[in-house]
Amino acid sequence: MNELVWIFVSALLINNFVLAYFLGLCPFLGVSGRLETSFRLGLATTFVLIVTALCAWFLNTYILIHAPYLRLISFIVVIASTVQFIEMAIKKLSPALFKALGIFLPLITTNCAILGLAIFATNRGYNLVEGLIFALGAGAGFTLAMVLMAGLREETELSDVPALMQGTALNLIIAGILSMAFMGFAGLFSST
Amino acid sequence: MDRDKNLDTYQEFVKGIWRDNPVFVQVLGMCPMLAVTNSAINALVMGGATLFVLMGSSFLVAAFKKWIPKQVRISLYIIIIATFVTVADYTLLALLPGVHKELGAFIPLIVANCMILGRQEAFASRHGVRFAVMDAAGMSLGFVLALFSLGSIREILGNGSLFNIPLFGETFEPWVIMILPPGGFITLGLILLFFNWVAARKKAFLEQVAQAERESL
Repeated sequence: MNELVWIFVSALLINNFVLAYFLGLCPFLGVSGRLETSFRLGLATTFVLIVTALCAWFLNTYILIHAPYLRLISFIVVIASTVQFIEMAIKKLSPALFKALGIFLPLITTNCAILGLAIFATNRGYNLVEGLIFALGAGAGFTLAMVLMAGLREETELSDVPALMQGTALNLIIAGILSMAFMGFAGLFSST
Repeated sequence: MDRDKNLDTYQEFVKGIWRDNPVFVQVLGMCPMLAVTNSAINALVMGGATLFVLMGSSFLVAAFKKWIPKQVRISLYIIIIATFVTVADYTLLALLPGVHKELGAFIPLIVANCMILGRQEAFASRHGVRFAVMDAAGMSLGFVLALFSLGSIREILGNGSLFNIPLFGETFEPWVIMILPPGGFITLGLILLFFNWVAARKKAFLEQVAQAERESL
C-alpha cells in the first residue's frame, strides 16, 4: 500500500511529467491559454493515460515477451488506434462528453506523455495495479501543471510585459519558475 | 515533380539551420529538447539519433509517397518513424551503453517528436526524394545546433565543464539549477528572448533602410 502511495505522489508532484520530465510540453505551452480548456484537456489526457497503462501492461505481459524489439512500434500503433477507438465510442455513447472534449481527444495521440508513460512503466517493471496508479498520478500531475500554468498565463495577459518577452519566451520562464517550485516537493519522502 | 522546379537544393538545406530553425523559430520538438540537454555530449547523441531518424524517414516517405493512401498516411509515417527509432535505439545500446542509459526513455520518445512527423506531413510527402533529404538534413542540423547550444550552456554553467572537461578552476561554484529541469526551461526561454531581439533588430533595420530609400527618391 505504501508503495502505491509513493508511486502516486511521485508521479503527481515530485517527478511531475511536465515539470520534471518535460513530457507533454506541446499542449502545455500551446493550449494552456485558458483555465477551463486546460482543465478539460487534463482530464481527457488522464483518461487516455489510464487506458494506455492497461494496454501497455497487456502487450508487455502477453505479446512482447516474445519480441521485445517490436515494443516501440506496437506501443505507438496501439495508442493511436486506442485513442481513435475511444473517440468513436465516446461519440456514440455520450455525445455531451464528446462535445466537451472536442478537438483535444484526437490531439492526445501526439502527446509524448502518453508514450512516455508506457515506456516508463515498462522500464520500471510495474504490474497492472502499479501501472494504473502511476497513470492516475501522471494524469493528475499533468492536469495540475496545466491548470497552474493557465492561471498564471491569464494573469500575465493583464500585466505589462515587454514586447520582446511575450509569447513562448515568457511562458518558458514561467514554467521554469514553476518547475523550481515543484522541486521543493522532493523532500516529501525523506527515505528515498 | 512540377512544384520542385523552383526549389533550390542549397536553399532547402540552409533554411532549417537558421531561418526556420525547428526549435528556436518554430518551437517544435520541445520534449526531447529540454529533457536531454543537461550535458553537451547527451545533446549531441540525441541530435545524432534525431538526424538519422529524420533523414531515413524523409527518404522513405518521399520515395514511397505515390503508394501511401491519403487516409492512413499519418499512421504509416508513424510506423516508418518508429522503425528508424528502434534501429537507432538498439544501435546506441550497442555502441554507447553509458550514454544510452543516461538518455533512458528519451530515445524511444523521438517517435513523439512533433518536428519529425511535421516534416513528413509538410515537406517529404509533397516533394521529390532529393529535396526531402536535403530538407531533412537541414532541419536536423538546425535541431542539433539548438540541442548543442542549449546543452553546452547548461553544462558550462551547471557543471563548470564542457564534454566533461573542467573549464574553470577549483573556485568555480556550479549553478546546479542549470542542469536540473528548471534550468532547461529558463535557458530556452532566454535563448528565445535573444532570437526575438535579433528578429526585432532586423525588422527595425529593414524599416530604416526602406525609409532611407523612400527619402532619397
